[in-house]
Amino acid sequence: MPWTREDLAKRAARELRDGYYVNLGIGIPTLVANYIPVGMDVVLQSENGMLGMGPFPYEGEEDADLINAGKQTITELATSSFFSSSDSFGMIRGGHIHLSVLGALEVAENGDLANWMVPGKMVKGMGGAMDLVAGVRRVVVVMEHNSKDGAAKFKPRCELPLTGANCVDMLITDLAVFERPDRKSRFRLLELAPGVTAEQVRAKTSAAFDG
Amino acid sequence: MQPDKSSKKVFADARSALAGLTRDGMTVMSGGFGLCGIPENLILALRDSGARDLTVISNNAGVDGFGLGLLLETRQIRKMVSSYVGENREFERQYLAKELALEFNPQGTLAERIRAGGAGIYGFYTRTGAGTVVAEGKEQREVNGEFFVLETGLTADLSIVKAWKGDTEGNLVYRKTARNFNPMMATAGRVTVAEVEELVEPGVLDPDQIHTPGIFVQRIIRGAHYEKRIEQRTVRKRA
Repeated sequence: MPWTREDLAKRAARELRDGYYVNLGIGIPTLVANYIPVGMDVVLQSENGMLGMGPFPYEGEEDADLINAGKQTITELATSSFFSSSDSFGMIRGGHIHLSVLGALEVAENGDLANWMVPGKMVKGMGGAMDLVAGVRRVVVVMEHNSKDGAAKFKPRCELPLTGANCVDMLITDLAVFERPDRKSRFRLLELAPGVTAEQVRAKTSAAFDG
Repeated sequence: MQPDKSSKKVFADARSALAGLTRDGMTVMSGGFGLCGIPENLILALRDSGARDLTVISNNAGVDGFGLGLLLETRQIRKMVSSYVGENREFERQYLAKELALEFNPQGTLAERIRAGGAGIYGFYTRTGAGTVVAEGKEQREVNGEFFVLETGLTADLSIVKAWKGDTEGNLVYRKTARNFNPMMATAGRVTVAEVEELVEPGVLDPDQIHTPGIFVQRIIRGAHYEKRIEQRTVRKRA
């Protein structure tokens, strides 16, 4: 049985470590915040200029000056700090953020990532995605294993324009988890969703991987 | 048109603060992230100035009918330099009709280009965008097996920024995530006009807590009205 969106977020949350500074992308990655293990100290960065993102505000307590990178109203914590966009991307580009969880359209077997230009749609822009994959120490991608028409999204080469070259460290799909120990290595099949076999994963993947 | 007596920088309203500063074909930086921290009053005054063929450098392009969307409606913008423009149908229509030029920059590259422009730095090499379309046509340098892209500094004829509090010297303090691109843009305008929610006398702001020193601000107004629209109102239930 393939993993659900919530399962993907839970699995990505297992990559969190105590003391990490983390940036979560929009969509399933945002759900990862709901699964931070109790007692683990993780600071969420929002690239529009905030460290220490709190939960959504109570109704009536929304503050137009306090939003996350998805433009959603949020709250601050006792430990929060605010800063400019250039300081924010200094943190990101400078390798000060430990982990980023992002969505994807395609991941290549060499770790290339495409997630900013949707085919056949108006290009909205890359936002901070290119900076995140270029600077964050460890990049975890969550995505559906196949597109709606069944095509493989983990493939030999990305066909869509890249967000970053050789930047993905872990790939979590609804069928399996792939990981590589460093950016010179190939991906290895690490885990399978319940009831899913390695043969099924191989049949639905055009990328080469080990294990 | 006359500045307030208390300061050469203080102007009565947004319209008078932009008087003599706008012209067709100019480049304008406009602060904000989404609709958060945008100079609402100065955008209206820029629209009313009638200046056309503008190149606007701003992380986003507002929404239909608000923020920079107002300048799209009136066709005053010729080109946008942004990182994300997803919330604006009129933008999409003009872009697809080739009425509007668009230059995408990765958000961090955009922020740093503006910071560099304001700090007198010609350019910088960044890993961001290496191996992507962003690097096309730009100088690239390989250092220890990694590729870096040369990105150049950005300046503007006019920067319009929004702060929470400001004093008559032009010192600015921002509030929460409404800071975003405003501090860098304040440094990168040949002329910078700031609008604030509270305009205070000298000595009220703690000099240790100033985010933008007054040297970067040539004109300042207290904004007449703030809608401070929220794009995505997300809340949680009380337990």
